[in-house]
Amino acid sequence: MTHPKHPDHSHHHDHDHDHDHDHHPNESDHEPLSEDRYLEQALRELLNEKGIITAAQIAQQIDVQDSRTPALGAKVVAKAWTDPAFKKALLAKPLETINKTFDLSINTPLELVVLENTPDLHHLVVCTLCSCYPRMLLGIPPAWYKSTEYRSRVVVEPRVVLEEFGTKISSSTEIRVADSTADVRYLVLPLRPTGTEHLTEAQLEKLVTRDAMIGTAIPDFKNF
Amino acid sequence: MSDHHADTPKPNFRVGDQVVVKLGPPEAHCRTPTYIRGISGEVVELIGQYHNPSLLAFHKPGLPKAWLYRVRFKQSSIWDQYKGSDLDSVMADLYEHWLTPSKEQ
Repeated sequence: MTHPKHPDHSHHHDHDHDHDHDHHPNESDHEPLSEDRYLEQALRELLNEKGIITAAQIAQQIDVQDSRTPALGAKVVAKAWTDPAFKKALLAKPLETINKTFDLSINTPLELVVLENTPDLHHLVVCTLCSCYPRMLLGIPPAWYKSTEYRSRVVVEPRVVLEEFGTKISSSTEIRVADSTADVRYLVLPLRPTGTEHLTEAQLEKLVTRDAMIGTAIPDFKNF
Repeated sequence: MSDHHADTPKPNFRVGDQVVVKLGPPEAHCRTPTYIRGISGEVVELIGQYHNPSLLAFHKPGLPKAWLYRVRFKQSSIWDQYKGSDLDSVMADLYEHWLTPSKEQ
């Protein structure tokens, strides 16, 4: 297939930066593009030229994605720790409750399910097939979450993997690995650490790490 | 992919049912991991109806929609050599056409 709409692309670089190629502001000018990036660029430019998606819409979507960070998940968890009515609604209708409470408009065809940890049950999230992750709440997953090693080992020897993360779970507590195989994304609601009764919601937020919401860590008050 | 459940809009399984994941042929984007094929587990939730991913992968509309279940498997029933606690489990979300009733019921 020929490169669409870029007949001049084989010319040598003669410092005439006036060529017909529109550089996306998120692209680096200096690194050669991988095949995937070429495909992405060609598709994006075609969608743009055909008026299906505008550059502004793409920029806006990147902005939305960048606004989703573990800090947002931490707000949700801290509120669930301090407000029983919110927790009940969160477990019943996660996205609807989050949107309403935090004045957000998270809009996705995917289902979000909140898995509540108890003293007898510890959840751990993975996607053995690819890298499904609750991006709508936590943003971009960490690199290790997408690694073949984590994805394959965590369903075979979860306790060994957890110990490598420095997390030890009692053998009288069930470890339940949630494999995000289909249309559902999982968020772990960790146990509120003991000794935090006097902390405010804002202080509690700081205890909630990304890994605690994946299940590879447990919130720790001692290190706070 | 057969669409035998086009005429059966009601789910075939209920929460608490024991099911076995079909061995099945290799199939693109079916969302059923191989490590639980042939393994027996318990339906813990009926999640809803979703577009069939095996059809979506081939640019089809993915209809009829398929029932999706959350199924919980004991780690000890997946791995003979499992070294964790007997309590430990894995749950996965599986489409109905990948499940058969367990004979143990």
